[in-house]
Amino acid sequence: MSASTVSASPVSTARAPRSRRRLVGWFILPATAFLLVFFAYPLGNIIWRSFTEPSTGLENYTELLKDGVSVKILVRTLVTGLIVAACTLALAYPYAYAMTRVSPRARNLMTVVVLLPFWTSMMARNFAWYMLEQRDGLIDDAFSLIGIDGVVLLGSVAGVTVAMVQVMLPFMVLPLYSGMEGIDKRLLNAAGSLGAPRWRAFVQVYLPLSLPAVLSGFTLVFILTLGFYVTPALLGSPQQSLIPQLIATRVSDLLDFGGAGALGSVLLVVTLLALFVVSRFVNLSSTTEKAVTHE
Amino acid sequence: MSKEATATEPDAVPAEPAVEPAALRAGKDGGLGWGLKTVVALTSLVLIAPTAVVIPMSFSGGTTFAFPPKDWSLRWYESFFTSEAWMRALLTSVQLALLVAVTATVLGGAAAFGLNRAGFPGRGAIRSLVMAPLIVPSIVVAVSIYGVFLRWHLTGTPIGFVIGHTVMALPFVVTVMLTSLSGYDRTLDTAAATLGATPLTTFLRITVPLIAPGVMSGFAFAFVYSLDEVVIALFLQSPDITTLPVKMYNSITLEIDPTIAAASSLMVVATSFVLLIPQFVRRKRSTR
Repeated sequence: MSASTVSASPVSTARAPRSRRRLVGWFILPATAFLLVFFAYPLGNIIWRSFTEPSTGLENYTELLKDGVSVKILVRTLVTGLIVAACTLALAYPYAYAMTRVSPRARNLMTVVVLLPFWTSMMARNFAWYMLEQRDGLIDDAFSLIGIDGVVLLGSVAGVTVAMVQVMLPFMVLPLYSGMEGIDKRLLNAAGSLGAPRWRAFVQVYLPLSLPAVLSGFTLVFILTLGFYVTPALLGSPQQSLIPQLIATRVSDLLDFGGAGALGSVLLVVTLLALFVVSRFVNLSSTTEKAVTHE
Repeated sequence: MSKEATATEPDAVPAEPAVEPAALRAGKDGGLGWGLKTVVALTSLVLIAPTAVVIPMSFSGGTTFAFPPKDWSLRWYESFFTSEAWMRALLTSVQLALLVAVTATVLGGAAAFGLNRAGFPGRGAIRSLVMAPLIVPSIVVAVSIYGVFLRWHLTGTPIGFVIGHTVMALPFVVTVMLTSLSGYDRTLDTAAATLGATPLTTFLRITVPLIAPGVMSGFAFAFVYSLDEVVIALFLQSPDITTLPVKMYNSITLEIDPTIAAASSLMVVATSFVLLIPQFVRRKRSTR
């Protein structure tokens, strides 16, 4: 892109921008150095400590396999991540689809609504779910009305899941919407005029075209969910804890950085694996950017 | 719908109008079917519910977290604004957030500028490094930073908080600014140069006004991120430095203190307000 700009400009000015371009390159240095020292080094350090503390070797990792709790919690964390991603997708897909079908005005309103979790303070949000999910909270009351008593989500994985789905919805809806917007609706009509019933046109034409957006949204939500600490700590229970809680306890109660590092490394490997698999199909970083910039 | 299609693809117009509207409406009551409407309503409810309960809750007259409140009062706002601990937490958070916003905007703004303008090898790697704090599980980032900060004696210090929050705010700032820069028409620079402007004049009179909205959005993002951040703050906290979100966290886990309801409402209003400012400025500029 920069090459075409240069060639397009007159020959006399072509030289100056090039030297300036090199100068501008130095602008990235402060942020790069900052992140290397305060992000990459700490991350590398804790991974290093997982192999060296208290003694050099794989002790922390074999311990993780043997202690009988960690593996169980790890599985629970991964399953919760998958459930959250699936529930988010189930709600987000129709929502994003509706966004492509309504008037621009309604679409603006739907965008504002889907961005609410971004705009609501994290602690305020978790506090709100705490109130909604407690015994005799609104959710419990609502279910009592239809004759189901004792739906207390607080202190359960279900309660954590609901709160996570809410905050993850924008990360799923926005990429889905921008993916679906690019689908030519006339293809559905074409399928229809060739005799396909609506459902079949949807399954065979629309769904495959929206699949890249689905895949990247799903992965993004799954990955982000793995690192949640506050939501499970406030809305979950110690009996049904997730990996982040385990890591936090190891560090703050026991100062066991080796053990915490081992758990963290496992989480990191899962994240990278998910990224790797999906990056073969879709461009995840553009999805992330879309979600962040609310496009 | 059909209007939009015609707007984007004028060439296709002649073939379309007769077929499309009818086909789209088939089986649908003018737009979305009732099934779709139900799911959209349910999703909206999930999205809105937390915000909708936080504000009424703050006007509760009771001393528990019971919702809806039985009677109304301003006692929790009174308790918030007269409590030394809450006010100190608020002040700490605002001060730290300002420092983080400045640091992240300077570092992130320069990085975005460099990434946008310069062509150099390793550019992709640097972009990945900048985005990485968003992808690495947040608890792992928090614990890693805590691990080295303990050794560097940065826990419980303002500078420790500012560094920790800046690491996490940078991906947002860089992304927002890159988006803003990608819409920047660089022929304007050439035009200014052709008209005899020095690079400095071009930067100050052309570049700065054009990227100002992006910079403001980045600043607002970083400010709100830091104001709201809990996980890193929980690890770095000390009796001297407790941020507002940490105080809120403790008021649910350690003591059942309904003052958090007032704090939550104020936080919701404050974050929305800060994030809205750049939007309003942008709209005002575009209508001018």
